[in-house]
Amino acid sequence: MAQVRVTVDGVEYVDDVEPRTLLVYYLRERLGKVGTVVGCDTSNCGACTVHLDGRSVKSCAVLAVQVDGCEVTTIEGLARDGELHPVQKAFHECHALQCGFCTPGMILQAIDLLGDNSDPDEQEVREGIEGNLCRCTGYQNIVRAVQSAAQAMKPGAAARVEAPVTVAGD
Amino acid sequence: MTTTAESTTPELGRSRARKEDARLLTGRTRWTDTIALPGTLHLSVVRSPVAHARITGIDTEEARRLPGVLGVYTVRDLAAEGVSLPCSWSITPDQKTPHHPPLAVDTVRFAGEGVAVVIARDAATARDASELVVPDFEDLPPVLDMEAALAQDATLVHPDFGTNASAHWVFDSEEAGTGESADRLIAAAESDSDSVVIRRRYRQQRLIPAFMEPRSVLVDPTGEQYVIWTSTQVPHFVRIFMALMTGIPEHKLRVIAPDVGGGFGGKLQVTPEEVLCTLAARKLGRPVKWTETRSESMLSGHHGRDQVQHVTLAAKRDGTVTALKVEILADMGAYLVLVGPAIPILGAYLYNSIYKFDAYRLECTNVFTSKTPTDAYRGAGRPEATFAIERTMDELAAELGRDPMDVRRQNWITHEEFPFTTVAGLHYDSGNYEAATAKAVELFDYDGLRREQQQRRDAGDPVQLGIGISTFTEMCGLAPSRWFGEQGYVAGGWERASIRMLPTGKVEVVTGASAHGQGHETAWSQIVADQLGVAFDDVEVLHGDTQIAHKGLDTYGSRSLVVGGIAVVNAAKKVIAKARTVAAHLLEASEDDLEFSGGRFTVRGTDKGMAIGELAFAALQAHNYPEGVEPSLDSSATFDPDAFSYPHGTHLAAMEVDTETGRATLRRYVCVDDVGNAVNPLLVEGQVHGGLAQGIAQALFEEANYDEQGTLVNGTFVDYTLPSAADLPSFTTDRTETPSTTNPLGVKGVGEAGTIASTPAIVNGIIDAVRHLGVTEIEMPCTPQRVWRAIQEAQGRTTQETPIDTHSPGAGLGSIDPNNPQEEEVQ
Amino acid sequence: MIPAPFDYVRPGTVDEAVRALSEAGEDAKILAGGQSLIPVLRLRLAAPSVLIDLGGIPELRRIRDDGDRIAIGAMAPHDDVLRDELVHEHVGLLAKATATVADNQTRHRGTLGGSLAHADPAGDLGGVALALEAEFVIAGPGGTRTVPADEFFVDYFTTALGEDEILTEVRFPKYTGWGSHYEKFNRTAQSWSMVGIAAAVRTEGGTIAEARVGLSNMGTTPLRARGVEEALVGQPATADAVRAAAQRVTEGTAAPSDADAAADYREHLARVLTGRAVLAAAS
Repeated sequence: MAQVRVTVDGVEYVDDVEPRTLLVYYLRERLGKVGTVVGCDTSNCGACTVHLDGRSVKSCAVLAVQVDGCEVTTIEGLARDGELHPVQKAFHECHALQCGFCTPGMILQAIDLLGDNSDPDEQEVREGIEGNLCRCTGYQNIVRAVQSAAQAMKPGAAARVEAPVTVAGD
Repeated sequence: MTTTAESTTPELGRSRARKEDARLLTGRTRWTDTIALPGTLHLSVVRSPVAHARITGIDTEEARRLPGVLGVYTVRDLAAEGVSLPCSWSITPDQKTPHHPPLAVDTVRFAGEGVAVVIARDAATARDASELVVPDFEDLPPVLDMEAALAQDATLVHPDFGTNASAHWVFDSEEAGTGESADRLIAAAESDSDSVVIRRRYRQQRLIPAFMEPRSVLVDPTGEQYVIWTSTQVPHFVRIFMALMTGIPEHKLRVIAPDVGGGFGGKLQVTPEEVLCTLAARKLGRPVKWTETRSESMLSGHHGRDQVQHVTLAAKRDGTVTALKVEILADMGAYLVLVGPAIPILGAYLYNSIYKFDAYRLECTNVFTSKTPTDAYRGAGRPEATFAIERTMDELAAELGRDPMDVRRQNWITHEEFPFTTVAGLHYDSGNYEAATAKAVELFDYDGLRREQQQRRDAGDPVQLGIGISTFTEMCGLAPSRWFGEQGYVAGGWERASIRMLPTGKVEVVTGASAHGQGHETAWSQIVADQLGVAFDDVEVLHGDTQIAHKGLDTYGSRSLVVGGIAVVNAAKKVIAKARTVAAHLLEASEDDLEFSGGRFTVRGTDKGMAIGELAFAALQAHNYPEGVEPSLDSSATFDPDAFSYPHGTHLAAMEVDTETGRATLRRYVCVDDVGNAVNPLLVEGQVHGGLAQGIAQALFEEANYDEQGTLVNGTFVDYTLPSAADLPSFTTDRTETPSTTNPLGVKGVGEAGTIASTPAIVNGIIDAVRHLGVTEIEMPCTPQRVWRAIQEAQGRTTQETPIDTHSPGAGLGSIDPNNPQEEEVQ
Repeated sequence: MIPAPFDYVRPGTVDEAVRALSEAGEDAKILAGGQSLIPVLRLRLAAPSVLIDLGGIPELRRIRDDGDRIAIGAMAPHDDVLRDELVHEHVGLLAKATATVADNQTRHRGTLGGSLAHADPAGDLGGVALALEAEFVIAGPGGTRTVPADEFFVDYFTTALGEDEILTEVRFPKYTGWGSHYEKFNRTAQSWSMVGIAAAVRTEGGTIAEARVGLSNMGTTPLRARGVEEALVGQPATADAVRAAAQRVTEGTAAPSDADAAADYREHLARVLTGRAVLAAAS
């Protein structure tokens, strides 16, 4: 057992963990942060993406003991006072999720991407989320949502996100 | 009490963002693996690493001794040798259906089949202990190739049958009275200089559904009923079959499909693990959970496709097709699973597609092999059919030196000809192939791309351009119960809905459909809002729990809207009929004088009226109710369709092929689908996008590869090569609307259309790009290596054989081969 | 999936790490970024008794100007390397190749040293280190030694690192003013290279004065294409000349055969992609 002291979504925890415990299982099973999910066993799908000290990581490829002294943000820590993060809003308004299993990781990665590049073009978004697999959406509305959120998050932009979708027959 | 708000804008056709998103966006989703009960034990399955072997012993001693282990069980320990997992479809009366226990008894028949289970206090311990279970195997030769499996002296997967053929199914239009004899017309064409005969062999590679949420089961045996949470598309099927398999009475079983993370047919199954968790929970009297790993999912969850198709098409030299004959070998894998044997048959009535052929014959042989069983994967039979005919129409055009779109136009059913009975005996109610095609051609700039293609050819550009066409239709909305019965399926095809009118004016809708990403909660709310004139937000949709939705036939085959949605409409009509009686009584008017609009009954010519919510409250009180009428507006309806739904569309792909490397890149994709009226265009578009991605992935990326020992060699997400966002472009999607005439909403199914249509568009595009170099066929997936080799061979240069069954270092974990691990230094 | 149990040590200095490694014996493994190791542990393809995590040694993350070299700490994450101004200015090829490693999240955790010490011939950075004649600084019980790149890669997943040694730094000579390009050919964006070509060239008035070419996944180790380098020198940076020189890329290679690419196709790809990489580097 090793001790880990970590702040997750603004709350500090101190726990003894087995060294082999992956961060994602620590989040899910010890802290009840079940919003972060496990989609594969090779660190490809990105469903388990969280922010570790402000940068996106796959929490299935990090040991819980490695985050001693760190800050972790999960999908459950994004909304503020009941108000969704602009990326969450954009995912909703652009229909960027269907089954929703990849969504937490996709959103966390999108936020990381927008932190690096506040106005990404389509290709930049596609490459920025290449570590996150989705089987439902064909990615198209995810890309739209990220670009829409980028506009909403620009300084001076209204906090709301416009749906940029164009729908046949609409 | 609040009165129901009157809605003014119709909901149907409105692009609403989904109500189900709120929980999914914030991580408060209830996946099965998220549900935790006190005292839950964890189950791990010990799986066979070999494809075909006799089990000579299973040493479980060391595993049992590991602290925290409650039990290690073989199938005998669970007294489950006699249990057989269900196959619900006999495509012929003499179909050979093997006994299929939840764990192998004496023989393993595919790599990944379970041989024992471990139950432990936590998942890590269960996994540790399962590594300590040592089965002894006496290897048997695996059966891998379907053609070889049918040879006289082949090794048999199930020796008792005396053959590896499970069933042989035939449709012949002459015998069915729907057309002439294909054999005769083909023979005639062969001896006619004014005719051509095209013969092609296509391979539908084996695919893995790869839903994002790994499957999970939790069984709680501690209450009055066993409660089974499971990541499934079919909770009602699970309940019925679990009762039949385990002897637990059906009324003592409750099955819940909570939030389910995708299915695509992959969760249209009753699984060994659902049975094993139930048996273990019964044995130990405690909740038991199993959650699969991804590699376990890839190995042991059912696969899709895996067919070889031999297609013969006869046509006049003027381009008129006369006859089509198709011979299929379909790989069942080692067992027949839920609807596995019927998958090729779901496409068998569609090879003639949108065309008018004089004669059609199809023969299908289902074959056992030592591989993971196959079953539904998005499209299920219809992608295979569409691929075969659309590829072959291109080959016909090439043979005749014609534009492939012209040849299609010449043969398709024109919009004036609907309703139309096809040579396969289906009755297409509606469609307008000309309109969808015209729109697609314009959006695509078909003529402009043809010009560019010619320029590149003339210039000898190393990157060549090809245009791929797929004009498709499909049959979905499975299915009229009578049809299912005729085809040998055990279940019906109806769907049920109930509407509960709550006294405060709110509405609960219970549906037997079981969503896993489709957006039923939103779409059903829109339908009910329109029907009852209540606000969209005042409707709650309940599903996926056999205690709430006690009757239902679940979600597959693009059936939810066209069957389940119509049940909702019918239930709403019953509510209105009941409400009308009450309203007439309370308003002291004749029912005939009442108008219902915007959620309100009004007495014609007066301002007297009552909202439907007020009538629901009146039903609660029942103080002043009409004589002899029961005080409730709640209503249910069970809808059994009498026709399939026939969406159609035109899909166009511009493919760039780098002739130096062989890489094929999708540059532009345009599709115009006709799914009738759209309840929610935003959801329709999302279904199309996702469907396209999966169909395109079959053409370009995915294949489950087995080696010569019968080991799945790319069973992880690192080497199965699912496309990421960076591997796909944005698609241009549009619609035409030709309402269905067989249901009151005029809707058609949409869940599978994109997948069904897109695969041949991509492959046709690739071949069109390199046909001038002599290439006429490239197997899927059209990897760079396959495309490059096809070009080399067409140019008369011999190259090394493409090794498709070798292990795959270099992909996967880099050069680490999970199937052949070696010592490596890893930092 | 869950790894088999192991012990965990997190030393605070290189000396402590070396000591821990000696004490732990041969079943120990070094944990750098863990982006290859942790998936391998999860699949239970390896079961070390102890992991020695270098994440607690801050100086191993440093990137510094070391006179005629750029010295990069072994624990510098890929993301730091590809954003570093010194690296961009003087070792552009490394930045470009690093930007193609895995995906964004993996580049936040994965490290230069971990990737090179893993020594997967399909990795993107080994060929770069070889072509650019990097030096590997290695710490062990007897102190520190330096190994040139062409002696570092020994075989499949095998390097010159002894069982009791740790890679601490990689030093790249400065290639200021050189053009560079990394041409990665893979099945999907997430896949490893089927073939990767790392090219750096210095041109003088349209003529190639010097060239460096490294290869991924063309043998049991990363490789350097010296034949191509020689053939390029003195040639004009034109398509014909470069393609002709690129034909020599398969000299001394032993291309593997797998489901994505048999050896003959790999060799063909290497020739085509080398031409493209060098032309892109020269433009």
